[in-house]
Amino acid sequence: MTVSELPNSAPATLEELTEQRTWYKSALGLARRQPLGAAGLFVVLTMVFMAVFADVITPYDPEANDFEFMLAAPNSTYWLGTDQFGRDQLTRIIYGARTALYVGFVCAFIGAFAGLVLGVASAYFGGMFDLLFQRVMDVFMAFPLIILALAVVSILGTGTSNVIIAITIPFIPQCARVVRSSALAIREIPYVDAARAMGFSHKRIILRHMVPNVMAPFLIMLTTFVGQAILLEASLSYLGLGVQEPTPAWGLMLQGGAEEYAESAPWVAIFPGLAITLAVFAFNMFGDAVRDVLDPKLRSR
Amino acid sequence: MPEPQTAEPLLQVRDLKMYFPVTDGMLVQRTIAHVKAVDGISFDIMPGETLGLVGESGCGKSTTGRCILQLEKPTAGQILYHGADLNRMGRAELAAMRRKIQVIFQDPFSSLNPRMKIGDIIGEPLAVHGIEPNSADRAKRIAELLTVCGLSPKMADRYPHEMSGGQRQRVGIARALSMKPEFIICDEAVSALDVSIQAQVINLLEDLREEFDLTYLFIAHDLSVVRHLCHRVAVMYLGKIVELAPCDELFDNPLHPYTQALLNAVPVPDPTIEAGRKHHLVKGEVPSPMNPPSGCVFHPRCPVAVENCSGPVPELREMRPGHWVACGEVS
Repeated sequence: MTVSELPNSAPATLEELTEQRTWYKSALGLARRQPLGAAGLFVVLTMVFMAVFADVITPYDPEANDFEFMLAAPNSTYWLGTDQFGRDQLTRIIYGARTALYVGFVCAFIGAFAGLVLGVASAYFGGMFDLLFQRVMDVFMAFPLIILALAVVSILGTGTSNVIIAITIPFIPQCARVVRSSALAIREIPYVDAARAMGFSHKRIILRHMVPNVMAPFLIMLTTFVGQAILLEASLSYLGLGVQEPTPAWGLMLQGGAEEYAESAPWVAIFPGLAITLAVFAFNMFGDAVRDVLDPKLRSR
Repeated sequence: MPEPQTAEPLLQVRDLKMYFPVTDGMLVQRTIAHVKAVDGISFDIMPGETLGLVGESGCGKSTTGRCILQLEKPTAGQILYHGADLNRMGRAELAAMRRKIQVIFQDPFSSLNPRMKIGDIIGEPLAVHGIEPNSADRAKRIAELLTVCGLSPKMADRYPHEMSGGQRQRVGIARALSMKPEFIICDEAVSALDVSIQAQVINLLEDLREEFDLTYLFIAHDLSVVRHLCHRVAVMYLGKIVELAPCDELFDNPLHPYTQALLNAVPVPDPTIEAGRKHHLVKGEVPSPMNPPSGCVFHPRCPVAVENCSGPVPELREMRPGHWVACGEVS
């Protein structure tokens, strides 16, 4: 519900007038009705801002070492302290947002869109295709997310693009499963029959008539996937299988700090940990709010 | 078989069977039974004719319509449209044929895609089939179709949820008309509407029949609606046609015991007469179509059944000109 969706023309009829007020109200009332969701959205937007303008807002180079101040506690020069190589923590956390969001969004979008199309197609075609496809999905779902991602990374090797592949693959069956269940219900609705009776192609029926009507579960999956992907990327990086040094990534920073300096320099682990927690929390809260807003039972017509 | 007529029928259904398998098993599906939704029915529809298909819920009348539309793949039988078998057509051939056969659904709330505007719903087939590739021409045609169906052309910008049930059903009709079909299957097209709206939509269907030379297969359970609109009526029971006759003939002189019971159940709109009327209720319930009775499927409930009724399946016999009955006891 953004300002751009407001009708531009002057309201002509009573209905248009009430419609415009509904949009206006819902835009303003989001913070009131979904305070956690609004807070989540605020954190998400802040993260996006940080990631986009990292070059401008950070005081230091994320890879520059200051050997005079290795493992310095938070002070007026280095607000969040420095790590064992003398790099500024704040700068690296801000640049880390870039890595986290990049991996998060790319994985979530590719995984969710592939799952959306596959799930709807599986429900639409039904029969043997659906049966076999769902059993393949079952095999993927049998592995915990992190294990599957680990397996993919160990086959493909480390690095950002491989991490993206590793995280995206387990997302596809998750989204496909949820979307399929909604699509199964939609397949039985007469407007799909009407589309078939009019001789439309399978592609058109799936993309124009079914996909737009499973948007609610899809959007919820998409937002939670971003949070999950950030967490997975951090986990893989922490295990040394994800993003590689010296690229700033929260999971890597945590790894560097937690093991050796947990007692002597706790800030090295605490701040990236907080960043991960806050980011995942924000995306989950935002996802919950999206679900509530899209749930037709909660929405007034 | 219904009588061969002089003009060529538009649609010939021959021994149509639609069995839905009941399956069990995880990976290897075993068929453990069949639901015999439609079990060997045959009828013809002449150009310009309206054939009513009546029967209670679950008797297979909607399935028959879906088979003709090729929304279900029939188990056996032929559906000849202008002599060409729809069951044997490939995708491309069928797509061309689908322009001529359209459908109006029962529920006006679920038959329109909620995410599309009315104009897009009506205009989509025009664009997809290249009937009106130019968007300005298309908008003109959409406005025309809306006007024909008694709606304001301004409604093209509305979404389905902004309209009433009657208006939405008119949109459904406009969509069916958009490809200039010859034959429309009305699957309970007025059953979900208020009585006053029903009358309007029935009149609209009548007017359109005149204007566009349409042929209808009118699937319904409301006998008074059928009597008003149809030329001939087929009565279905448990997947079979039990009686097929011209409309007035069927209503004035029903021969099959099931048709008689069905007509007897229609209330008379006069409370004093209705209170004094004797109803011959059919005993028992409709048997499961998974395991229909042997012989005449109606015999366990039939008031005039004799021993022989559970034997051979009664064929449709022509008892009067154009009046076909599947009952061994009628003479």
